[in-house]
Amino acid sequence: MNSNGGFTVQRMIIGVVALAALLATPHFLSFHHQDLLIFLTINVLAVCSYRLVTLTGEWSLIHAVMMGVGAYTVALLVNHFDLAIWFTLPLAGTAAGLVAALLCFPLLRMTQFYFLIGSFAAGEAIRLTWVEFVGVFGGTSGLRGVEAPIVFGIDFLDPIPYFYFSLAVVMLCLFILYRIENSRVGLTLHAIHWKSALAESVGVDAWRYRALAFIVGSFFVGIAGGLKIHYLGSVTPNQFTVSFMVFILIWVIVGGYNKFYGPIIGVVVLTIFDESIRSFEVLRPAIYGAMLILSILFLPLGLESVPGKIKSWFGVGSPPPEPPLSDQ
Amino acid sequence: MGVVNFAHGELVMAGAFTIWLLHAQFGLGYIPAIGAAIILVTAIGLLMERFLFRPTRSDPLAGLICSIGVLFILQVIAALIGGDGPSKQVPPPFQGTLVMFDALRIPYQRVFSLIVSAAALGTLWFFLTRSKFGWALRAVAMDREAAELQGINTDRISIIAIGVGTALAGLAGGLIAPLTNINPHMGHNVIVTAFIVTIVGGVGSLSGAVFAAVLYAVFHTFITVYIGGTIATISGLVLMVVVLIVKPTGLMGAKISE
Repeated sequence: MNSNGGFTVQRMIIGVVALAALLATPHFLSFHHQDLLIFLTINVLAVCSYRLVTLTGEWSLIHAVMMGVGAYTVALLVNHFDLAIWFTLPLAGTAAGLVAALLCFPLLRMTQFYFLIGSFAAGEAIRLTWVEFVGVFGGTSGLRGVEAPIVFGIDFLDPIPYFYFSLAVVMLCLFILYRIENSRVGLTLHAIHWKSALAESVGVDAWRYRALAFIVGSFFVGIAGGLKIHYLGSVTPNQFTVSFMVFILIWVIVGGYNKFYGPIIGVVVLTIFDESIRSFEVLRPAIYGAMLILSILFLPLGLESVPGKIKSWFGVGSPPPEPPLSDQ
Repeated sequence: MGVVNFAHGELVMAGAFTIWLLHAQFGLGYIPAIGAAIILVTAIGLLMERFLFRPTRSDPLAGLICSIGVLFILQVIAALIGGDGPSKQVPPPFQGTLVMFDALRIPYQRVFSLIVSAAALGTLWFFLTRSKFGWALRAVAMDREAAELQGINTDRISIIAIGVGTALAGLAGGLIAPLTNINPHMGHNVIVTAFIVTIVGGVGSLSGAVFAAVLYAVFHTFITVYIGGTIATISGLVLMVVVLIVKPTGLMGAKISE
């Protein structure tokens, strides 16, 4: 699991080139595609934080709503206290983390299928609260007027500076998430997934670690929600429905959830794919659905397993690990 | 059977759309149209079992994602056939109202739906608890390997289970078509309600599901009338979470062996 750690000169050069390419990208794009790039950056954070939650083997359906908790926190803070973006983003994460901490007590009593459905129900109940209490949350039309202000003379309404800003925030969060996964805590989470009885028998409190993953994952997706809403300028309950949750799920699974970078590949490839079939209009969801089915049937380990497969065809390197659970 | 079919609501939608197309558009009789809906939806279900759920059986999550793919495809097909315009209506084939006494009037259409649903449920119950197939089905759900060792053809059991489940979805679509607005996205509400009812009743317990369905319908209608629709759904979902906490196997569910 840790085999790809360590810094070599080669890796650093690749990293620097990739970063430079990333920084140059928005200058060659249309306004519409710049928007898309920002949302893509934010969605990368959403899928990576979701991966942390799923490390213990539990799949939740509340992640999109947690993003909404962050978004609504930002909207309320800006509207009532006029706070700057430096304060709203951490507070958005904190609020999502707090809600997650409260929900731990009912939700983490369940596992597997029941946890999936229970988290869905809890999320939908939170989302409907935003719809119902019009006075606080603005009902179905939501809250508006939360655009990021001008900071240090940089106009954040312009997509390019905002892209750089969100890229920096997301990279920082990804770095922390990566460190968590490869720390002692992250290894414990893996242990709970693959050998929960054994882990508990050596004194690991599985409930605590599951709660930790859930809260930390929610914290980071809360930040993602805040980033999104500062750019969009308004927040509505419909941005965080179960359909968006399904998209997070799809990105993670199609990308491959066994590796840290799998979900990132998933969200990037599928967003580009989705954009490239834009001209098909009505047919678009069906094409998307068909591709989803094909990738599940033929690439059960996700897109991240493709290079390994190609290598093994040409007899280079070891064949990829095939069933996903065999690394115990 | 350990299969979570997210597209179940869309199967009901497909059934309702068949009724709209054949009965309201082409003038086929209502009962033959229901028959056609059942056949069509069952066919979709069987294809899903053979080509999606069977290959992904070792990983329930993969099956779930596949069914989401089917959901997208079915919605698009429905939109292509019906056009993206306003919701479709099917004129009720049974006119008139059954008047029991002044306070209780039920349109014949609803009486028909009620009787057919009850009959279908009765048959299903008999099928699951009294027939040899029902025993085999529950054995497979409990422990697939052990069932196979006893000589049960688990592939055949799975395909019959999915076939029966989807045929009932087709029937439900046929029955609900004249009572509601038909549109490609109607499946969402169906699946939310189905999840709540299944969980509250207990996964794999038919009597639990029926009991929970009645309970939930009364509860939901009561709160909708006196407080409001959204609050009713919120309380339904909270109720479900509470049931999950207090008794994770549902009101009537037996303990599920791992």
